[in-house]
Amino acid sequence: MKVSYFPGCTLNTKGKGFDRSVREALAALGVELEELPDWNCCGASFPLLVDNVLDLAGPARVLVAASAQGDKLATACTTCYNVLKRTNRVIRLDRDRRERLNYFIEADYQGQVEVMDVLQILRDEVGFEEVKAKVQKSLSGLKVACYYGCMVLRPPAEVAYDDPENPHALDELMASLGAEPVLWGGKVECCGNYLVAIKPELAMEMSYRIISSAYRAGAEVLVTNCPLCQFNLDRWQRDLVVKKGGFRPLPVLYFTQLLAIALGLDPTRYELEKHYVDPKPLLKAKGLLDQEVG
Amino acid sequence: MGTVISLEKFFLNPLARRVEELSGQDLLACYQCGECSAGCPAAFAMDLLPSQVIRLLQLGQVEEVLQSATIWFCVACQACYARCPKGVDLSRIMEALRELAMERSGEVLKHNQIPEKDLESFPQQAIIAGFRKYTL
Repeated sequence: MKVSYFPGCTLNTKGKGFDRSVREALAALGVELEELPDWNCCGASFPLLVDNVLDLAGPARVLVAASAQGDKLATACTTCYNVLKRTNRVIRLDRDRRERLNYFIEADYQGQVEVMDVLQILRDEVGFEEVKAKVQKSLSGLKVACYYGCMVLRPPAEVAYDDPENPHALDELMASLGAEPVLWGGKVECCGNYLVAIKPELAMEMSYRIISSAYRAGAEVLVTNCPLCQFNLDRWQRDLVVKKGGFRPLPVLYFTQLLAIALGLDPTRYELEKHYVDPKPLLKAKGLLDQEVG
Repeated sequence: MGTVISLEKFFLNPLARRVEELSGQDLLACYQCGECSAGCPAAFAMDLLPSQVIRLLQLGQVEEVLQSATIWFCVACQACYARCPKGVDLSRIMEALRELAMERSGEVLKHNQIPEKDLESFPQQAIIAGFRKYTL
């Protein structure tokens, strides 16, 4: 199966470990992601003012490119998913803004593309049973906190493909890989998002609450689907160890890194060395990574 | 038992009207259940709780809201909107307030404000979204 793919700005740069693990894991499962030619940034945030049509032009242009290539567009970055999905919805439902956007970007697009998140593709197009059948290295004994963040859940009516208050798709995927998802309360909390640009200390506090909650629930690793959540949750932990008594660090991985490892792909390809909290000792202890890997 | 509030100042305040226009939200729809404040992940850092922001707007006290730090700490995670029994999208109201505050007092994020080491490590999307939300 071929699906058009929009990597977005972060997966093309800082999030290469995510991008590569997404492409290679899906390829191993029979899904070929075909990168859109000539794509642009989605804007990294959905414009919320009623009269802000201009900021929809970027994501609309991406959707137009996708419509020339197929009827589905896959995203791995959940911010891109959120922005593209909501822009597409505006184009579908709001005639006035649709016409203005089409005039502005010189297109005739009606919103026919279906924007899908990679996790949604794994659940609905591949199927977790099929994933389970292809596991070569079980993650058994690994306690995982599955973190969903905001972007695939809210606003529920516009973007959610899972229960917005108690999502479980990622937990089911991890269970199909043999891992043990923990029950915890931080699944849908916000990591602080772009607040990091003006108030990093607030993003740090928000991440502290999420990581501590996962740790208390018995998790050994937290998995995420968003490159900015990954950064926020990972980046401040070395500061938190110093600042907050009792804080214990937890590696933060992309869920596709674990998926790729479980499918028997080479873990050294997914930039594990770039994470702030080193996940390698844990992966080695669980027999998921060769002892020789530096 | 109920609280009677005078809407006179709300109806006569052109800024309150602009907040409604920009956000597309009905400020009077809120009946102060407090669900937004209870679930807001940034509430611990706010000087006004999200529910207080909307109450002050209902009372026409827009100036007070524009002075508060709260409007800069909302990153539109939309936990409030997802749970609001009246369907009020508070994140759109916050965006409208940021817009009005920046029209008046200038942009919040300056191009040279983010330290170089952070520019090198921050994911692109944090920088792009930051400039989208904290500049005009």
